[in-house]
Amino acid sequence: MKRIVMFLMSTLTAAVLLIGYHTSTSSKAAGGETSFVATAGSGATASAADPAGTSTSQSAAPTSQPATPTSSAATSSPAGESAAPTSTAVKSTTASASATVAGDVADTRWGPVQVQLTVQDGKITAVSVIQYPNNNGRDQEINATALPILVQETLTAQNAKIDMVSGATVTSDGYLSSLQSALDKAGL
Amino acid sequence: MSAAEYALLPEPIETPTTRYVQFAMGMPISLALRGRHIDDDAAQTAWTQVMNQLHQVDEDFSTYRAESYISRLDRGEIALSDCPPEVAEVLAIGETARRESSGAFNIRRPGIDGRPRLDPTGVVKGWAVERAAAALEALPHTDFCLSAGGDMTCRTLDPASPPWRVGIEDPADRSRIIAVVPIFTGAVATSGTAHRGRHLRDARTHRIPTGVASVTVITRSLTWADIDATAAYVQGLDAATWLTTRRGRTGLVVWEDGTTTTTGS
Repeated sequence: MKRIVMFLMSTLTAAVLLIGYHTSTSSKAAGGETSFVATAGSGATASAADPAGTSTSQSAAPTSQPATPTSSAATSSPAGESAAPTSTAVKSTTASASATVAGDVADTRWGPVQVQLTVQDGKITAVSVIQYPNNNGRDQEINATALPILVQETLTAQNAKIDMVSGATVTSDGYLSSLQSALDKAGL
Repeated sequence: MSAAEYALLPEPIETPTTRYVQFAMGMPISLALRGRHIDDDAAQTAWTQVMNQLHQVDEDFSTYRAESYISRLDRGEIALSDCPPEVAEVLAIGETARRESSGAFNIRRPGIDGRPRLDPTGVVKGWAVERAAAALEALPHTDFCLSAGGDMTCRTLDPASPPWRVGIEDPADRSRIIAVVPIFTGAVATSGTAHRGRHLRDARTHRIPTGVASVTVITRSLTWADIDATAAYVQGLDAATWLTTRRGRTGLVVWEDGTTTTTGS
């Protein structure tokens, strides 16, 4: 059994992206487990991965709890200088309070995974996985259930670059006002 | 973001994608194609086959059509043996779903008059779309993402291709998305309070679930992604707990207060 969990919180003034990978020792999670934890310099972030198979994000929790052991860390200082002593994969640019931070490539048992955040005026404006484990067809099947779900609250369909929208059933009546309708129109 | 900053970002992988949309089973059917056959005769033919199949399923299974096999079966006018084998297949899936959800999901529920009614709608949608996607699977060197009213099945053949990016609608504000699911090959289905129409209920208590706003399930089969999303949603506060018992499923539960729980397999 395996799972990858990612939580991103919306109030960041500086982003510290930690990619932690550990193999769970719990008998229930017989395989491995990867946690992606984005923590904030002064924002409020909490993220926890528990062995029971669920983890819950709480938007008002004032503590940060990185997954351990942490295999790598990419940091970007509030001043926007690239400060990444352990990383060769960090790219950080800052001007007018905007920063793009790419985490280290994390070697998971399914292959390399790399996540990138764009932070502007203290808010995440874009989040993307810039490298996926996709070595072969078998991996891709596994990835149907193993890729990280990117949970975050400030994305709009426009900056998330999405292909389709999943939501409570859209009826023919409700379609014209739906996000999916906007996507379909953009492609027609 | 300035142009100079933008240039520092990794190149987005732009893959030409064509989109199609039509209506069937009372909902929009959206198709995105990329690869070799995206707008040629082969693509058009496959799309036509998908839509024809969905219209046929609607005729056979719709509870809104008095002459569908399901309506006639429900009224006792015909027996299961009088129906095409697909009807028995759908009912068998419904029975498995009832057993595996301890009765929370049930295609037989009491109607207004108290008489048990046959309504396999919760099985038919995912099952029909997964089945109709066979016409797209026959397209060589072509990736697809086929969605019916927000539930979809996707395929990616080329290992170098980017995954399909599926945005999960924010149940509190449907103009926004609350999560992104990158998926190469597999299915994504979400259940929640419908935009319009019937409310989902726990078949055991006949109550509308509380505490949960939406449930998204990602797994290989759209039939089961759709069923499990509904079965988890109707269990309200137990949604995430039940999902952890399901092998091979990844789940995203959005609670009424806006917090989220992800479950893995």
